[in-house]
Amino acid sequence: MDFGRNIIVAALAATVLAATAGGVQAQKKYDPGAGDTEIKIGNIMPYSGPASAFGVIGKTEAAYFKKINAEGGINGRKITFISYDDAYSPPKAIEQARKLVESDEVLLVFNPLGTPSNSALQKYLNGKKVPQLFVASGATRWNDPKTYPWTMGWQPSYQSEAHIYAHYLLAEKPDGKIAVLYQNDDFGKDYVKGLKDGLGAKASMIVAEESYETSDPTMDDHIARLKASGANVFISITTPKFAAQALKRLAEIDWKPLQFLANVSASVGAVLMPAGFENAQGLISTAYAKDPADPQWDDDPGMKRFNDFLRNYDPEGNRLDLATVYGYGAAQTLVEVLRQCGDDLTRDNVMKQAANLKDFAPDTLLPGIRINTSPSDFAPINQLQMMRFKGQRWERFGDIMTGDVGD
Amino acid sequence: MSAVEDIATEAPAVEAVPKRAMTIGAGTSLVVLALLFAVPIFAKNFIVFQMTMLLIYGLAVLALNILTGGSGQFSLGQSAFYAIGAYTSAILMEQYNVNYALTLPIAGVICFGAGFLFGQPALRLSGVYLALATFALATAMPQLLKLNFFEKWTGGVQGLVVTKPDAPFGLHISQDAWLYYFTLVVVVAIYIFSVNLLRSRSGRAFMAIRDNEIAASAMGIDVALYKTLAFGVSAGITGVAGGLGAIAVQFVAPDSYTIQLAISLFLGMVVGGVGWLPGSIVGSAFIIFVPNIAEGISKGLSGAVFGVLLFLVIFLVPHGARQVAIVGQQLLSRLRK
Repeated sequence: MDFGRNIIVAALAATVLAATAGGVQAQKKYDPGAGDTEIKIGNIMPYSGPASAFGVIGKTEAAYFKKINAEGGINGRKITFISYDDAYSPPKAIEQARKLVESDEVLLVFNPLGTPSNSALQKYLNGKKVPQLFVASGATRWNDPKTYPWTMGWQPSYQSEAHIYAHYLLAEKPDGKIAVLYQNDDFGKDYVKGLKDGLGAKASMIVAEESYETSDPTMDDHIARLKASGANVFISITTPKFAAQALKRLAEIDWKPLQFLANVSASVGAVLMPAGFENAQGLISTAYAKDPADPQWDDDPGMKRFNDFLRNYDPEGNRLDLATVYGYGAAQTLVEVLRQCGDDLTRDNVMKQAANLKDFAPDTLLPGIRINTSPSDFAPINQLQMMRFKGQRWERFGDIMTGDVGD
Repeated sequence: MSAVEDIATEAPAVEAVPKRAMTIGAGTSLVVLALLFAVPIFAKNFIVFQMTMLLIYGLAVLALNILTGGSGQFSLGQSAFYAIGAYTSAILMEQYNVNYALTLPIAGVICFGAGFLFGQPALRLSGVYLALATFALATAMPQLLKLNFFEKWTGGVQGLVVTKPDAPFGLHISQDAWLYYFTLVVVVAIYIFSVNLLRSRSGRAFMAIRDNEIAASAMGIDVALYKTLAFGVSAGITGVAGGLGAIAVQFVAPDSYTIQLAISLFLGMVVGGVGWLPGSIVGSAFIIFVPNIAEGISKGLSGAVFGVLLFLVIFLVPHGARQVAIVGQQLLSRLRK
């Protein structure tokens, strides 16, 4: 019966081998900031200073990780979320990032906010090989995996949104004369570039451009000059306060062009209501997230989870603030990445998994919009849907569009 | 009452500080220097970086101190000179491949020129009016840096990324430690220069103008020249600080140099003690570390906590670190008796 015994021995050996091999695969690997019980996440937000309204994002994220910890953490590990204030100042952001990396020893820096601050961090974090994951800014430069393999954006880039408007205009209003109002900073300029690239050979359709500073008290002069150009299309690349002022002023001077509004300002509660719904009829914009002020999402399972979260973990959070929706979605994406990492919590693997998101849909994204990334595509959300304002709400129309912007 | 009389009877804007009280003794200076020199041996890189920033802001506060404490002129526009210095260094290093150490004197000279020129029209103004005029300079600067015309050099709103220098001569110390020592040498050199400047004939002229302009001009001091000179020197030193800051932070962008920075520097000067040069480092420590402490106490109310701390300092020690130092000295001498 030697033969039978041999088989048993061989089988046993195979099992042992398989088990060891499995053991090797499941071996726990850690970089600084990760361990058997804890994952340390760093974050930088402008809690004070000119952009302090965005501080809500950091607070929402902290609350979301509290929820994850209360539910048992990620693969048994609790998240420690360390968030510092940079007051929207790049030198301060560098100081805080160094504190996070060198003193607190976090595994990664998650969702730091603002183009100037992140531009300052990009070189440092890439030099240190620390993930600068899901940057909270729509600049195009975060999608450049060749030069900056440790940096990844999250939201659709400003340029891709502008591309979508350009395509729409070329198809629907090829004889349009375009007037552009934009904020004189990285956000506005990135956008104008996207618009011109999108129009391509027909960039001459733009007949007037006006830039404003965030310190300007009104938009009146700018609007008057744009109207005088004889344009019949008005593109408003503005942040909420100025978007509302511009909408109102257009109505006051009785100028009725086809109007486009950048999606950062497409908030019903913060912009359109103060500007007056009657002044916003027919306005065109885009969206990738659900607007909590919109009653059509009242029965949506994703938004129900969002509302439950606010009730239980973030009672101070404003449900109607789009920044709350943003923080929730970004935090959910990070949790997905860390879940995919399993027991291999190295910085290398974090980036590998972040570049390996397949059809992931956070609760707050529009139906049909999915997060997809790959080693050559570091733009998690690159889909948008166009929408038109009618009555007291946005009506989405057309297909989900992808604004392709290659670096 | 004529305008001349008006000025003559007006109390000096800045309290007179005797020139000997502007510095500290040689012994104390050496101890402080030795401590500063030892920092990178014991501290982590992050702390070394923070100390570098401390020295850099200290230098900028020192520059303001020469202007306000020395010649009695206010400025809320130091951020503009800091920005010019930072951009000069960054552009020379990144676009023209100039060695970082060489960019500093160039930044200093350019800022000296800018400050001297700005000092010309500012001559007609004094006190709060001068503060307002310089305030205008500080608010204008970030926008000027964004102009399309300059974009080729400045990188526009996106700013410029600067490469951090390695330690030379094959020294085995980290980039941070090297930059710290480099900064320390520059700061000490400028500190010694400033102390000597204030003790010199020019320094005495500055102080005479500060204490009483009319008396100073009666003594034969060219008031206009020395006032603009004070502006130029102050702007030049601020420019060097800006250049060092650009190298340490490795990034320049218009939004780094807003009016917020100018106010921080002003605050640092008041907390450190107006006219007391060693206080510049204390003031710089205040503007770097106290916001962090405030944030540690309450994230949502960090601004309010900072305000309360600042109020306490101004209320308890209105003359800033100088007052603390004087009290400390008196206690020491009493102990010795």
